[in-house]
Amino acid sequence: MDAQTLIRLLGEGTVQTLIMTLVGTLVSYLIGLPVGVSLIVTGPNGIKPAPLYNRTMGFIVNVIRSMPFLILMIAVMPYIRKVIGTGIGTSATTAALIVAAWPFVARLVEQSLLEVDSGVIEAAQAMGAGTMQIVRKVLLLEARPSLINGAAVATITILGYSAMAGTLGGGGLGDIAIRFGHYRFQPDVMWITILVLVVLVQIMQEIGVKLAGRLDNRLN
Amino acid sequence: MSEHIISLQGVTKEFDTKGGKVVALKDIDLNIEKGDSYGIIGLSGAGKSTLVRTINLLEEPTEGKVLFDGKLLTGLSAKELNLERRRISMIFQQFNLLMQRDAVGNICFPLEIAGVPKAEAAEKARELLKVVDLEERANSYPSQLSGGQKQRVAIARALASDPEVILCDEATSALDPKTTRSILALLRKINEERGITLVVITHEMEVIKQLCNKVAVIENGEIVERGDVQEMFRKPKTKAARKLFFPDGQVTEKPLVRTSTKNRVRLVYDESTAGEPIIANMIMELGAPVNFLYANLDVLGGAQKGQMVICLAEDAATAAKQKEYLRAKGVDFTEIEEDEIDHHGEEGDA
Ligand SMILES: Nc1ncnc2c1ncn2[C@@H]1O[C@H](COP(=O)(O)OP(=O)(O)OP(=O)(O)O)[C@@H](O)[C@H]1O
Ligand SMILES: [Mg+2]
Repeated sequence: MDAQTLIRLLGEGTVQTLIMTLVGTLVSYLIGLPVGVSLIVTGPNGIKPAPLYNRTMGFIVNVIRSMPFLILMIAVMPYIRKVIGTGIGTSATTAALIVAAWPFVARLVEQSLLEVDSGVIEAAQAMGAGTMQIVRKVLLLEARPSLINGAAVATITILGYSAMAGTLGGGGLGDIAIRFGHYRFQPDVMWITILVLVVLVQIMQEIGVKLAGRLDNRLN
Repeated sequence: MSEHIISLQGVTKEFDTKGGKVVALKDIDLNIEKGDSYGIIGLSGAGKSTLVRTINLLEEPTEGKVLFDGKLLTGLSAKELNLERRRISMIFQQFNLLMQRDAVGNICFPLEIAGVPKAEAAEKARELLKVVDLEERANSYPSQLSGGQKQRVAIARALASDPEVILCDEATSALDPKTTRSILALLRKINEERGITLVVITHEMEVIKQLCNKVAVIENGEIVERGDVQEMFRKPKTKAARKLFFPDGQVTEKPLVRTSTKNRVRLVYDESTAGEPIIANMIMELGAPVNFLYANLDVLGGAQKGQMVICLAEDAATAAKQKEYLRAKGVDFTEIEEDEIDHHGEEGDA
């Protein structure tokens, strides 16, 4: 393979991977963030305890989280194919990423919100703040740095998932690594792909740390 | 009747814990009048925090009624309760400020909750910063403020909603003595100038002396004595109250020097009795010495009050004469029972 083809190939793969990762992360947060918040709010020491909901949702989250990603993906692919019409390519992979990642995101959000000082929540309650006001103005705001760090972790994890999905014809960098690096035995392609993935992870981590630091008023 | 801004009636609070039931409050009746600065004092674990938290229903009583300004709070819907809570502010030992908001942002917070427009809230916040003498730190974040400054922001925040009551749970316990005095002076000013009722939770008698006009002593979840601070300072009736009013340690611990633990009395004097050298006269007239163990001049709600602990003659007959003499001169004194001495060290908080 000449250099130009390789660069084009890697360029396309990187773009696909980024799209899968970012769309997957975004939609995972659209589901996982409210679920994580609800787990905190309805928990035993939450501001509106609801044991039945809390235990049920906690159970669902745990079940999905305990399944290895590849197995989960294979298991849900038939359903995804039914809904969106295809079982391969970036959109099918993105759908599978979301199914696997939202419970992970919910737990990350839950962990971040747990760090919020209970005294501050109590102060807000004493002021007569309602549940939604406490969620928006206290929980999410006070946990902001931790939530951003969590988002970096989530994005990197989902990037890893998307690369694994490549082995099942999911497109992106993982797909390139398998097709060229593995099946056609081109170790140089394999290593370059890995290098690109490493760089992507570094960039995401860096952005997360910088952003969390800049938006944390406890530090400056 | 409706002059009672806060009224607790038969309030009992039990906690279910793994180790069994904990009764934190037992059948508490408490009435606080408008404009009072009402102290609630007791040792650690007595139930002070639980008591103050039942007033705004942060803690739901197991039994009993909580009335605020004549309105029954127990049994209100969450929405109705939130509206009432806006009339009762609270400050805490750990300040409980939002770490991600600056001073102005923190003070605006209760106003935002109440739906006050942002610009109006910010303007009010800046005015309140003046009241607490912290104008120049308007845009500082809590992490950039000292403990005393944080508590000032918290007080400004408490004032923002123009409350009728401010509940203070150990508001100065995390501060050094000097800062404590300035915060207490600020609270006192707020009570006097704005007529805001204060409920002051503390384990330190100094706080009561400097800030309160009424006081209740709580022990093991029960109010054992209550009344006017001056009155109780003069003549505490219960052992619990005496222990709190006695100058810390010096009298209630085993003496280092070998003075007798018998016939100790505590006398309280003010401007009216300070003129005559009563003790000196007594020593001369009866020809029997007394031992001075402790003497101090206190400022109690703005008025000077002195207290003194002396050890009378060891033999009962002379001591009786001395007591008779003091009574005749109209001096208020409290006898310290022998079993009140020496317990202090064991019961002191860990
Ligand atoms: N949430 C809770 N669950 C179980 N027990 C509790 C709870 N809150 C308080 N208690 C118990 O109730 C009793 C009174 O506690 P409270 O915090 O009111 O005491 P306090 O007088 O404020 O003490 P301190 O001066 O140490 O703050 C204690 O025995 C405490 O262990
Ligand atoms: Mg307490």
